[in-house]
Amino acid sequence: MFGRLTWDAIPFNQPIPLITSLVVLMALAVTAIWITRNGWWGYLWNEYFTSTDHKKIGIMYVVLALLMLVRGFADAIMMRAQQSLAIGNSQGYLPPEHYNQIFSAHGTIMIFFMAMPIIIGFMNFVVPLQLGVRDVAFPTLNNVSFWLSASGALLINVSLFVGEFARTGWLAFPPLSEKAFSPGVGVDYYLVALQISGVGTTLTAVNFVTTILKIRAPGMSYLRMPVFCWTSLASSLLMLAAFPVLTATLAMLMLDRYLGFHFFTNDGGGNSMLYMNLIWVWGHPEVYILVLPAFGIYSEVVSTFSGKPLFGYRSMIFATLAICILSFTVWLHHFFTMGAGADVNAVFGIASMLIGIPTGVKIYNWLFTMYGGRVRFTVPMHYAIGFMFTFVIGGLTGILLAMPPVDFVVHNSLFLVAHFHQVIIGGVVFAVMAGYTYWFPKAFGFTLDERLGKAVFWCWFIGFHLAFMPLYVLGLWGATRRMQHIPDPTWAPYLDVAFVGAAIIGLGIVLTVVQLLYSIKTRDQRRDVTGDPWDGRTLEWLTLSPPPHYNFAVLPDVHGEEAYWTRKQTAIKQDQLIAEPNYQPIEMPLHSPTGVIVAFFASVCGFAIIWYIWWLAILGLVGAFAVFVWYAWRDEHEHVIPLEEVIANARERRRIRKEHLHNLSQSV
Amino acid sequence: MFVDSLSGRVTGLVKTLGKVQRRMICAASASVFASGCAQRGILDPVGPVASAEKTILINSTAIMLAIIIPTMIATAAFAFWFRRGNTKAKYRPDWEYSGAIELVVWSIPALTIMLLGGIAWISSHDLDPGKPLKSSKPAIHVQVVSLDWKWLFIYPDQGIATVNQLVIPQGTPVSFDLTSATVWNSFFVPQMGSMIYTMPRMTTHLNLQADKPGAFQGLSAHFSGDGFPGMQFKVQSLPADQFAMWAQGERGQGGALDAKAYAELSKPSSYVKPITYGAVVPNLYEAIVAGRQPQNPVPPPLHNPPAPPAGV
Repeated sequence: MFGRLTWDAIPFNQPIPLITSLVVLMALAVTAIWITRNGWWGYLWNEYFTSTDHKKIGIMYVVLALLMLVRGFADAIMMRAQQSLAIGNSQGYLPPEHYNQIFSAHGTIMIFFMAMPIIIGFMNFVVPLQLGVRDVAFPTLNNVSFWLSASGALLINVSLFVGEFARTGWLAFPPLSEKAFSPGVGVDYYLVALQISGVGTTLTAVNFVTTILKIRAPGMSYLRMPVFCWTSLASSLLMLAAFPVLTATLAMLMLDRYLGFHFFTNDGGGNSMLYMNLIWVWGHPEVYILVLPAFGIYSEVVSTFSGKPLFGYRSMIFATLAICILSFTVWLHHFFTMGAGADVNAVFGIASMLIGIPTGVKIYNWLFTMYGGRVRFTVPMHYAIGFMFTFVIGGLTGILLAMPPVDFVVHNSLFLVAHFHQVIIGGVVFAVMAGYTYWFPKAFGFTLDERLGKAVFWCWFIGFHLAFMPLYVLGLWGATRRMQHIPDPTWAPYLDVAFVGAAIIGLGIVLTVVQLLYSIKTRDQRRDVTGDPWDGRTLEWLTLSPPPHYNFAVLPDVHGEEAYWTRKQTAIKQDQLIAEPNYQPIEMPLHSPTGVIVAFFASVCGFAIIWYIWWLAILGLVGAFAVFVWYAWRDEHEHVIPLEEVIANARERRRIRKEHLHNLSQSV
Repeated sequence: MFVDSLSGRVTGLVKTLGKVQRRMICAASASVFASGCAQRGILDPVGPVASAEKTILINSTAIMLAIIIPTMIATAAFAFWFRRGNTKAKYRPDWEYSGAIELVVWSIPALTIMLLGGIAWISSHDLDPGKPLKSSKPAIHVQVVSLDWKWLFIYPDQGIATVNQLVIPQGTPVSFDLTSATVWNSFFVPQMGSMIYTMPRMTTHLNLQADKPGAFQGLSAHFSGDGFPGMQFKVQSLPADQFAMWAQGERGQGGALDAKAYAELSKPSSYVKPITYGAVVPNLYEAIVAGRQPQNPVPPPLHNPPAPPAGV
């Protein structure tokens, strides 16, 4: 009846997971009660859960990602504590079977359920606004994508309460991840969760490639798109090309585990090298899927807060596309130590180094964007400058790792761990923190507290360096990764410093929550009444904060590379807005519960597959399919926003803008 | 060659720095632990492969720092000078392109990468793990098998085998054939240089040498399951005559590594104390690679039994 699922799956005799489970369940219950008492369920259901509005979906992605950041960080601090304690004769507080789950969960969650959702969340919120349009190409599909990602995140976290998670590392290399060596449900949780969220990611890629290629404001030619849109396009193209490889690879491993196939097994002619190649054909572009939109965020931030257009815009786009293509030619550098010949290693080593060229160009272009500018040291600019310092070091160590003979001695070491955290934290996390501060007023109509924001930045900046610089040193001393126990007592002080660094990052995360709560409390003093709090240059600052559901009453006409800046300067010079356009009623897509229901069935189906509850798996699959059919047969899919409402809102916006621009023209 | 001469010059420049840094590390650890200078992995090479790799590591770092440090200084300087409050700085709100600067910013990283790419090409060929080392002495041959979770070293020419203890003659090239009897691992002795994967049903090749006598730490550098941290082993580098004596002395001593002993040995265990076998069944390594020896005679579930779930 319930397959492999018995009461043994609940960790009654394991205090750490048991207490954690109870605390999380209690927190969920308290939140649910709080929402019920305030009567917010209807609002959440109508305005968020079933929303087809790209802005709301973007916000939901970011919320999901921040929750997963907390979970992933909890894993991180547990690992750091274990490595600080389990030295010499001590075994620390985590036995191997527990520790191994934690580092596997940390990697899986941080990449798939923190970094990916937060980048996709920003793409959702920002891209249509910057393109000057009202929504993405497939609004309901967009909602489905979000809920499928959430479904994957849910299953990963259920493994905490029911069963176990993978003990194989975040890429589940066979043969260790094969049934012969990992018979438990851990790897199955990993596989099923990633398959479900992978579908969501692929659909997102389809959606954004279509949106950016086909739906732009009049006059917004490719070479007038903001750099963030370009990097989102590059990132979506990479997703579209890379995620099907991941899905196929994991599907083969599932066939091995569930149906006794022999793709990657030791026996029956299987070959685990094949998995290593395939997973990195996805895995290396994945890095650029994350970091390219991050580069886009820095481009927006540096340009805005230097009060200048981005230096070398076309060069920047060329560099982005060069990285996009090169990223598919370098996967083998993840296993130079497999013993391929010198020619193969050298070719892939040099190909990897080539990525350093366009990346270096980007750094210089940001540098020259500041040159001749009026740099405002706001919170996003702190992150951008902090990034430029941190990332060049990450690039240096990356090129060292791309040098095959150097990789032979630092492969899989703590040096590698430090390197990829340097590019992911220094590159991606700094960017999303900058983007969070930068676009928060656009999303909610008030700015975040500046002082606390700077405190958060310094926590991340100092915490990161304390946490990872010692790991570079240890890596050079021969320390490898994923050690539940540290053999050399002389490493202890370095690991202790790393723990302190992680704790400081933890303080930064706590302060982020404090900053949010404090800013909400004092929101009346920090309202963004103009829609343009940073003196921005792209179209999202043209509309109000928060923007109306339909973003723009009339799609803006774009002249030149900096659509909004040009418009703003003309208006300031002439001290008047452009003539009032001819307003029309606006058709917008209806909200739809399809995503929530499909993800519900997908979660049920996934859980059933993990536990071998076949009848339930079939039920979930049929349910999900039935919802799609039901959705396809819908009669109504749009609602009309009446002309009066459009006009009333638009005139109000014009009045505000006129006043604001008038003030600006007086101050010039 | 151009690359060689340039990297040679960089080496000279960096050597002094390296010495200072090393003395600082030793001083720091000595003062903290009062235990002299501990082994410092790849920064403390004992053989030709490790030395060459350390040189490339340091030279490449120096070449890149030559670009990166000015970039960092420029970042700080630009950001500071062009701060909004500085009335002396000239505001150029429309300056967004300069062909000359574009040329320079593409050239700097491109030239750097051309130089480093040349080093990568040459060094990949010089330090190919499978390439035999140049030496007047014939290489000694060791077959390496990673088991759950320990290392088996077979000396086919000496007819002996050891577990978690690799004894080698100093100043003599060692030619390794490596495989795994279970999952992937990576054979790594940081002070001797290059690591290489051990993979089931496949053989990899590695050539290393220790020029100094001493004991060096070895480990698995690829996660292989619950007993992974216990896969440490000791490398004992002995003068050539002592090595010959050791091999002679062990021969016929202790147990024999036959099918039964191998079955016993391949049961999962970790933190295993060194073992020496005075005899080895012929072609054991070849049998393991071919999968003829029962791969995992114990029931597989013991490798990774279901466990309680992860903490948050």
